[in-house]
Amino acid sequence: MGLTCESCSRGVLKKKFNLRCGEKFVIALAGNPNVGKSTVFNELTGLKQHTGNWPGKTVVNARGNYRYEDMEFVLMDLPGTYSLLASSVEEQVARDFICFGQPDVTIVVVDGTCLERNLNLVLQVMELTHNVVVCVNLIDEAERKGIFIDIKALEEELGVPVVGTIAREGVGLEELKRRVLNVALNIENLNPKKISYSKPVEDAIKGIEPEIDRILKGKLNSRWVALRLIDGDNTIVNSIYEHIYDKKTLEIEGEEVLVNA
Amino acid sequence: MLLSKAAIGSKVKVVSLESKGLLRRRMMDLGLIPDSEIEVIRESPLGDPRAYGIKGSQIALRREEASQIVVEVVN
Ligand SMILES: Nc1nc2c(ncn2[C@@H]2O[C@H](COP(=O)(O)OP(=O)(O)OP(=O)(O)O)[C@@H](O)[C@H]2O)c(=O)[nH]1
Ligand SMILES: [Mg+2]
Repeated sequence: MGLTCESCSRGVLKKKFNLRCGEKFVIALAGNPNVGKSTVFNELTGLKQHTGNWPGKTVVNARGNYRYEDMEFVLMDLPGTYSLLASSVEEQVARDFICFGQPDVTIVVVDGTCLERNLNLVLQVMELTHNVVVCVNLIDEAERKGIFIDIKALEEELGVPVVGTIAREGVGLEELKRRVLNVALNIENLNPKKISYSKPVEDAIKGIEPEIDRILKGKLNSRWVALRLIDGDNTIVNSIYEHIYDKKTLEIEGEEVLVNA
Repeated sequence: MLLSKAAIGSKVKVVSLESKGLLRRRMMDLGLIPDSEIEVIRESPLGDPRAYGIKGSQIALRREEASQIVVEVVN
């Protein structure tokens, strides 16, 4: 399969994020701070993104490539974020890429030692896109703390692929690449958990969704945008204006994608 | 009691969030929802912000943020 400029509406966006078009899949690496995203990135691409045991090391998107099953993947290492609510520059960098870079697959790396906190972001990303693979990292640390994660049960609960990894030792990364490819090719049996809200919220969504859909021109999930507006998150309005109505451009210099504010 | 007043080293749990709008949302995304446990870990040299242990991560909150979280001491 693979996507080309002509064959898909994402071509323009890919160009805007300066990702070469053609037979390449774009994969985003998202997750809370300090969960091992850059370690996964380095293992897959052979590059050396900053890693270390403190949060907030990655502040801009870093780009790398890897090959798997004769296919090319462009991997974007994003800054750590607790949510898709952009309350800092780093969070906005991550949020905007997941929303407007329209990656073929978003890998959400989660910390196996504190799943509960990390699943908040997983559910938020799943509200935005169904093309998600969850990477439960730090399995070794979790086991040291007596935490054993039932990956299969989690996968059934979430309805998207879940892979357990020890990124620092390369454990589980073959499986991760395989499931990412499957999702990119649309051959996973996805049944993403749908989150429903209380009736007043659902009614509010129904009320504004058609109008939002018209404005978004199908380029972003209108239910998700409706929820952000109900949250009162005005940063999404600016980002939509900038990205969908073509004011902001994102450039790549070297390995890094810099956001021109 | 307000989280900003809880003693260093104490364990508390969230009763309610007073903040509204995006700040409230932000606090919830950090794991601050009713009944979640918080450990008051330490304060910065100037006393603000302070580091709290919330659902397995250390999170720094400013006094103005912590003073909008109502908590009660656990055991
Ligand atoms: N024990 C163990 N340590 C790991 C594993 N994966 C990563 N680490 C370590 O965890 C720390 C954080 O890893 P990073 O890759 O820098 O984390 P990050 O998610 O990119 O962090 P930010 O960019 O700051 O958000 C580093 O010290 C890694 O060596 C793992 O599977 N097991
Ligand atoms: Mg990083």
